[in-house]
Amino acid sequence: MTQRLAIALLMILSFGASSIADVNLPSYPKGRGEYCVEPTDVMRRDHFEYLMHHRQISVHLGVRSKRHSLVGCVDCHASQADDGTYISVNEPGQFCRSCHVYTAVKIDCFSCHAAVPDAVVKQ
Amino acid sequence: MTNPENKPRRRFLGRTGAGTALLALAPGVRLVDLVLAKDEDEPASDETRWGLLVDANRCTTGCRACVSACEDEHALAKTGRNRLDPQWIRKVELVDESNDRSLSIPLMCQHCEDPPCVEVCPTGASFKRADGMVLVDKHTCIGCRYCMMACPFNARSFVHEEVTGQKSYSPRGKGTVESCTLCVHRVDNDRTPACVESCAVDGHGALAFGDLNDAESTVSKTARSQPHRELRPDLALNTGVRYRGV
Repeated sequence: MTQRLAIALLMILSFGASSIADVNLPSYPKGRGEYCVEPTDVMRRDHFEYLMHHRQISVHLGVRSKRHSLVGCVDCHASQADDGTYISVNEPGQFCRSCHVYTAVKIDCFSCHAAVPDAVVKQ
Repeated sequence: MTNPENKPRRRFLGRTGAGTALLALAPGVRLVDLVLAKDEDEPASDETRWGLLVDANRCTTGCRACVSACEDEHALAKTGRNRLDPQWIRKVELVDESNDRSLSIPLMCQHCEDPPCVEVCPTGASFKRADGMVLVDKHTCIGCRYCMMACPFNARSFVHEEVTGQKSYSPRGKGTVESCTLCVHRVDNDRTPACVESCAVDGHGALAFGDLNDAESTVSKTARSQPHRELRPDLALNTGVRYRGV
């Protein structure tokens, strides 16, 4: 009995270890600027909370602060191709998509929202 | 005393300053309309009611400057099938059969005070902002289109197909209803809607935009000096868009 348990435990451990080694951690281009609007670990865990809160106050109340807006995220995190054109943050390997693929969470934002900064901001 | 977080005090001082600057001018002469810049983290206020005044005598048949400006501003791409194309502004041609007088007017969301679209919306997606703009929260819109049926002005469109190339300030997506936002993204930044700007650039000046609650705004002054009406007054919607010469 003890022997069987030991074998089972060994199998579980070895399976776990090999599967972690087999999975590529997400890699993505670095954003512009030195700091994000919140510490990285906070953003990783809670970015959707910030976005949800901001969406409520901006759409319904008309609060237009930039700090937690999705447009702000895209502005900093969309990387540029060699010819200077922006690459969508929703493309494979890009900022949003890479982690969302890794965590298997479907990302809905960009069926409506622009995933690249506006080319020319009219003033 | 100098607490940077003390926003109400700062706003009060700002307004007092603006008032003083206005007093220094001759009576009736104003450098700018008294549209006080709202802080970006300040919510829309119910002291303001945004509205449009359309002068049908100045609007010309065949001119589609406002429609094109709206399409450019919000990236309203054609679908290739007319019936599915988004229409935030339509040019409507009216003919008075008694004397054959014809009129051309832009018809868009009338930003009613009591909007039927808001009343019928089952999810609260169709809503009226404190400053009178009637908008759709596309996050909660389920695309049922009750609002499209309820609107007496046929002002709303449904997005039937996938959309690409949206502007960052004007998100649009398949399965939601949309309509004129009075260019809320511009207005919140102290600019006028794209249609009003293009109409002025074209030299027609048929559209005036401003705060209906501010007696000194261009739109209020024009409204006071000239007869105008709302469309379908029988419905008592108290629309924010008014027409002159209709």
